[in-house]
Amino acid sequence: MSEPVTALGGAVFETGIATVREEPVQGMITLRGDLEDSAVRAAAIGASGAEMPDRGTITTSEDASLAWMSPDELMLLCPHGEVPERLARLQEGLGDAHALAVNVSDARALLSVVGPKARDVLAKLCPVDLSPGAFTPGMFRRTRMAQVGAAFWMPTEETFRVVCFRSQTQYVFDVLTVAAQKGSDVGIWPDPTGGG
Amino acid sequence: MLILTCPVCGVTSEETEFHAGGEAHLTRVGPAGDEEAFGDYLFTRENPRGVHFERWRHVYGCGKWFHAARCTTTLEVFGTYSAQTTEPPQAIRDRISQKRPGWIWRDFA
Ligand SMILES: [Zn+2]
Repeated sequence: MSEPVTALGGAVFETGIATVREEPVQGMITLRGDLEDSAVRAAAIGASGAEMPDRGTITTSEDASLAWMSPDELMLLCPHGEVPERLARLQEGLGDAHALAVNVSDARALLSVVGPKARDVLAKLCPVDLSPGAFTPGMFRRTRMAQVGAAFWMPTEETFRVVCFRSQTQYVFDVLTVAAQKGSDVGIWPDPTGGG
Repeated sequence: MLILTCPVCGVTSEETEFHAGGEAHLTRVGPAGDEEAFGDYLFTRENPRGVHFERWRHVYGCGKWFHAARCTTTLEVFGTYSAQTTEPPQAIRDRISQKRPGWIWRDFA
């Protein structure tokens, strides 16, 4: 089997107000179905080891996550190499339930924005209230990033993980890089590190 | 700029996260309708100054359709509600009546 590669070969931008990085290949499985259906819920929980996420949130187990995408869609994140096995487990758990589970790992890309000013970077590009009290770790948000669709969550207080379509990775990396350029912090929220 | 709350996923955002879907609560005229009724269904729209009802889609978010009641002059949003209805819910109509007494829109008031 061929070696999976990312869209930008792990591009990094480190000279701005936050570090923008293309993350290594990430396993992603889309699950569509009625999220109130007990078979669908049990299959998602079983394949991820994570709890069922509430509306607008993401839950995490040791090595997988479940993100709430819409009332009839979840995204399962797991190590890239584990996708076939987890997908099979998911299909088995779904049984006859009216649902669809698909490996979308190679259709998407994962980037990260890291640093005490990471909120500033995302807030410049997305129509989302990113103030520290409004968007917090555990939440999951699909939105518009500049001119394309994207989704993000915060694994920690100073880290964003951003999912976008693979064909748009260069664009997303570039707009994040511009939004993170040196000296461009907005300064409307207190610096969590206490600095200026 | 309009600030809308998607009633499906609960997200509040400005209009660029959504996509406008035209006038709400249209009744489809099919092959059984006469030419004039079909023409009206296709082309004749309200163009009010004030209370208006529209369809919107949360295109960059959960992807779902919903309805919005708003004022075309002030951009005030009176409320958003499910796509799965043929008329504005009473609670939305009551809220509009409080703010725009005597409002009329098509057959609704
Ligand atoms: Zn929504």
